[in-house]
Amino acid sequence: MFDTLLLWPVILPLAGAALAAALHAFPAVQRQVALTTMVLTFGASLFLVDAVMEGAILTKAFGGWMPPFGIVFVADRFSAAMVVISSLLALCALVFAMGDLRQRQVRSGFYPLFLGLMIGVNGAFLTGDIFNLYVWFEVMLIATLGLITLDRTRAQIDGAIKYAVLNLFSTILFLMAVGLLYGATGTLNMADLAVVLPQTEPSAALTLTAMMFLLAFGIKAGFFPMFFWLPASYHTASIIVSAVFAGLLTKVGVYALFRVFTLLFEVDNGTLKPLIAVIAAGTMLFGVFGAAIQWDVRRILSFHIISQIGYIMLGLAVATPLALAGAVFYIIHHIVVKANLFFVAGAIHRATGSFDLRKSGGLMKASPLLAVLFAIPALSLAGIPPLSGFWAKFMVVDASFQGEAAWLAAVALFVGLLTIFSMSKIWIEAFWKEHPRAVRARPVPAVMLVPIAALGIITLAIGFNPEPLVAFSNLAAESMGDRTQLIGAFYGGEHTAGVTP
Amino acid sequence: MEFVIAFAIGVLGASGVWLILRPRTYQVVMGLALLSYGVNLFIFGMGRLRVNAPPVLPGEDAIDPAAFTDPLPQALVLTAIVISFATTALFLVVLIASRGLTGTDHVDGREGER
Amino acid sequence: MSVIFSTMSRLFFVLMLVASIYMLFRGHNEPGGGFIGGLFAALAFALLALADSVAAARKALIVHPVVLIGCGLFLAFLSGLPGLFSDGSFLTHWWAELGSTHLGTATIFDIGVFMVVIGGVLALVFRFYEGVEQ
Repeated sequence: MFDTLLLWPVILPLAGAALAAALHAFPAVQRQVALTTMVLTFGASLFLVDAVMEGAILTKAFGGWMPPFGIVFVADRFSAAMVVISSLLALCALVFAMGDLRQRQVRSGFYPLFLGLMIGVNGAFLTGDIFNLYVWFEVMLIATLGLITLDRTRAQIDGAIKYAVLNLFSTILFLMAVGLLYGATGTLNMADLAVVLPQTEPSAALTLTAMMFLLAFGIKAGFFPMFFWLPASYHTASIIVSAVFAGLLTKVGVYALFRVFTLLFEVDNGTLKPLIAVIAAGTMLFGVFGAAIQWDVRRILSFHIISQIGYIMLGLAVATPLALAGAVFYIIHHIVVKANLFFVAGAIHRATGSFDLRKSGGLMKASPLLAVLFAIPALSLAGIPPLSGFWAKFMVVDASFQGEAAWLAAVALFVGLLTIFSMSKIWIEAFWKEHPRAVRARPVPAVMLVPIAALGIITLAIGFNPEPLVAFSNLAAESMGDRTQLIGAFYGGEHTAGVTP
Repeated sequence: MEFVIAFAIGVLGASGVWLILRPRTYQVVMGLALLSYGVNLFIFGMGRLRVNAPPVLPGEDAIDPAAFTDPLPQALVLTAIVISFATTALFLVVLIASRGLTGTDHVDGREGER
Repeated sequence: MSVIFSTMSRLFFVLMLVASIYMLFRGHNEPGGGFIGGLFAALAFALLALADSVAAARKALIVHPVVLIGCGLFLAFLSGLPGLFSDGSFLTHWWAELGSTHLGTATIFDIGVFMVVIGGVLALVFRFYEGVEQ
């Protein structure tokens, strides 16, 4: 029974997407199907986390084909945590959609595409085969292309072109890297690669593979200098879609990068570590600089996604167990906070009618509840104690001091300052100042406030009681770097190593 | 023979990159298609190029593994072709919608200054 | 379109559909399978759309293409379920021998792929052709 737990986070959205597509003519039923599917998926993911909590690594082979030839799903603490958070986020997005989604968007196929995105996300988090990772990335790409262009406005089509070209290019790079890896080692299974790669002598092919993985996942995750597709496309989609993208898409790229560089390649060799450190610093800085000049809430938040990804990369650049634990904590905190901020932006739009900060205002008086609900994720993003962002930043900065990369800590703290600047800009413009045309704010429906409040409560809970999550992150980082445990989980009996052609 | 295939992959890659950087949407689509052809050839080549060696076993008799090529890269290429077919088709829909909405096939949505 | 094309298109429509079903079931041990069969069948409907009109092709398809995608995907999902009960793993297939033919849940999966490909290709093709017709 425990074994099939791995399959439900992928199979349930698959069935749900199929049903939602088949019920194309009945939009109301589609919503019920989607909600039921996501509730069931969230429940399954909670069971999954419970099963891996003691440190067991679950594996499940598809089709009865044994590894290393068959495709395997693997769950350790890191993947299980990712699946839980993404399912929770999807559920919140669906609840928010009950208040914000227009009939036309539903008729364009929002629910099947959304569930299709969740198939890809959960599959990418759970897979143990590197080519299967490519397949899930493509499922996500197809679903996101459909979701960005849901309204078929000119801005959305423009954003979709920029998103599509750069992500398709990164897909091609990824495919080339996978091919090269197979040619050099003879296997595609991640655990098998972890066994075979240390035994293969270093060659130009392997260095090239590592660089191409870095480039491909860097484009997907939004690193400097490859992030320019992100602020060009995320703000064009409808706000629910933007929230889900912000919370999930870049994190899947980051997750894949962590898997490749903790399991397959070592960060600690000569050129890779300073390179990743410079990329992390550049990502943090340029993300927040880009946000400083924007006036559209969504564009500010899109640039902030980039700068926060830089913080997560800082964890990988330092590569000590404490740094990796800090990165895991940061990912979990950031998914919650960033999606919450996008939902708040959607609520601001509902209340004032515009995403442009210069055209909004007066929300502090009109809706003090919304002001509080904005303050929680905003202050958490900036790293103000006692919210979750403070602990995340603390772990990452502390790790970089201990890992002798103090300059990274300096950059991180400086960027935190500029993040406060951006958040206070949104606060002042949207909440504090009077509305420029003294228009009454429209009420925000409760169904939109509920997911915002839920995510805010999670942020507060992590902030006031960080110890369980810190301990979990430490354990997750340990199992990330410890290859032997993963390999042991695969090969209970005999072990067929990579078969080189 | 490796040199010929490598040269072909190189030509496809170079043409693909050049086309992606062009200002017309159809050129971008063709560039992505050429790049994906190059990558598919590359993955196929990773199975080590051999003449007269099929990847499928002919039956239940005893076989000599040395007479067959590795079928896994060919399966990977099949998957990659199907997936890139779907993404190219979707991307084409987006580009046609862009042509309809903006009236021009320039990637920026408006004609640049010459 | 011309009368000759319209008339012959009905013949070719049936021929191509038969060829697509043949391709679908051929795929077990020889080149073929659900993907290529689906392309053949989609081509048959696209031919109808070219010869008569997209509305006629949509009527021949009976259901909306997206519904076909959903049904095909659901069929593929269902074909993976029996494996859960027998072996404990999704997509482990059950097989049955009817004389000399091998049939099993993998065939159901292939039929699901067939329907998805028809639905997917036609969803795009009908949209394109409608745009051209205006």
